[in-house]
Amino acid sequence: MSDQKKLKRRDFIFTATTAVGVVGAGAVAWPLIDQMNPDASVKALATTEVDISSVQPGQTITVLWRGKPVFIKRRTQNEISEAKSVRLEELKDPQKDEERALNPEWLVMLGVCTHLGCVPLSDKGDYNGWFCPCHGSHYDTSGRIRKGPAPTNLEIPKYEFVNSNTIRIG
Amino acid sequence: MSEHNYQPKSKFGKWFNDRLPLLTLANHLTDYPTPKNLNYWWTFGGILTFCLITQIITGLVLAMHYIAHADLAFSSVEHIMRDVNYGWLIRYIHANGASMFFLAVYIHIFRSLFYGSYKSPREIIWILGIMIYLLMMAAAFMGYVLPWGQMSFWGATVITNLFSAIPLIGDSITTWLWGGYSVDNPTLTRFFTLHYLIPFLILGLVVLHIWALHVPGNNNPVGIDIKKPSKDTVSFHPYIVIKDLFALLLFMILFAFFVFYSPNVLGHADNYIEANPLVTPAHIVPEWYLLPFYAILRSIPDKLMGVIAMLSAILILAALPWLDTSKVRSAVFRPLYKQFYWILVADVLILGYVGAMPAEGLYLLLARIGTAYYFLHFLVILPVLGKIEKTSPIPLSISEPILGGSLNVEPVKKLDKNFEKL
Repeated sequence: MSDQKKLKRRDFIFTATTAVGVVGAGAVAWPLIDQMNPDASVKALATTEVDISSVQPGQTITVLWRGKPVFIKRRTQNEISEAKSVRLEELKDPQKDEERALNPEWLVMLGVCTHLGCVPLSDKGDYNGWFCPCHGSHYDTSGRIRKGPAPTNLEIPKYEFVNSNTIRIG
Repeated sequence: MSEHNYQPKSKFGKWFNDRLPLLTLANHLTDYPTPKNLNYWWTFGGILTFCLITQIITGLVLAMHYIAHADLAFSSVEHIMRDVNYGWLIRYIHANGASMFFLAVYIHIFRSLFYGSYKSPREIIWILGIMIYLLMMAAAFMGYVLPWGQMSFWGATVITNLFSAIPLIGDSITTWLWGGYSVDNPTLTRFFTLHYLIPFLILGLVVLHIWALHVPGNNNPVGIDIKKPSKDTVSFHPYIVIKDLFALLLFMILFAFFVFYSPNVLGHADNYIEANPLVTPAHIVPEWYLLPFYAILRSIPDKLMGVIAMLSAILILAALPWLDTSKVRSAVFRPLYKQFYWILVADVLILGYVGAMPAEGLYLLLARIGTAYYFLHFLVILPVLGKIEKTSPIPLSISEPILGGSLNVEPVKKLDKNFEKL
């Protein structure tokens, strides 16, 4: 009887010690894991301002934001109407063109294929939008995925028009 | 480990060995009884050890001159090529050494598949081998990123983006891997650190791999259990050592051919263009040794499923000892398995070929058929074959059928090139 009682005390101490050890190991491990996340200097580059005054209709410029290319396209009237005429049922990742371009003339989106991160080529592919040469994803004039392995539309970053000639991304 | 009662001859040797039994270990390694019918496919273990040591030594030297920084890495590699004494040689040995390493490991793996070396009681050796193979792929991938050329950068982007396929936490994981919002300097520095670390992890696993091998001893072309030591075995030294060295010499001729006559033929010209995050090369291809898995990834039109299929293609190998239900090890005595084995070899070669081609049209169709067959082989053919295949009679020992004791001499005769001399 007393032997059993002793054993239970030992069990408790053993479990409690292990629990403290696990928590302690976790607390030490977290800084070692978190140090790999983006550091302060990387985060500091979170916004970019772009002058768009020289961009002609139909032209796309590519700027670097957080190390990633951002496409800024001044769309032609044809491209806008083509993007708007698509029925949502046809889309893999249904999204209206209005949700993607605040100002229909300007399409601002990450130039990063949502499949495995390559940079798609402008004005290429079966839908006159973008085509990713790596694994063959086709995007339309609104940057929506139409064909190929990419799961979602090209991502729209947070951006705003500071004035009619300047866009701030981030 | 059969002989533990070794006694060093000298007094000092005995004194030392009583305190640290290194001499006992050395004695075990030299006297280690090895099946006498091992053919040249068995020399690749030694060749692989040579490859690992070569990569570690040349890598150490390269690290003395290389600078792991996004702005300096590319020019520091050119500095190694042009300015450092013999830098071109050391870098070409290291770069081609990776290819030679994979060539040898594929032969080693397919040797194992043919002779059933992964079967009981050698499952742990096999699984350790798969772990080494996985680490080799990680090391090779990260090493390829270090020169910071176009293929380095975009290869790193595509491979790290594989993790973004994981639901919910995928994007956080990729950001964590990158240390930013894209592949950049923090990614390069950590890849360099890990690339330096992994070979030593591999070295540790190699020690375990060999340790686990020395418990049951080598499998052999006939695939039967043998008594050790007996007239079926020879000691590792000098018999196997000399044979391994001769094979290594031939291997080094091939190695030297690549290093001195076509050092860039296995690489991509795009990697001599410095990394540019705004332009993706028209055709991204991994190094040749990863192509079959790349073909599997691209054959599936869904991102997550593609990644799962690619990982499964590698991890399924770890389950092989249990998927193959046949008790007979060597394909020599398995007439049906022998044919399926060669179909698998062809399948993997075809997958490798289409992996290098654009993912469209006929290539895509071939990749899909190849992928389906790959999984069919491991998940359906192997388990069923073990149940229904009629195997040919197995000899009782390596020596006996040759000396005229067995009815089934022919397959063994073919294996033993020294048959006539015996």
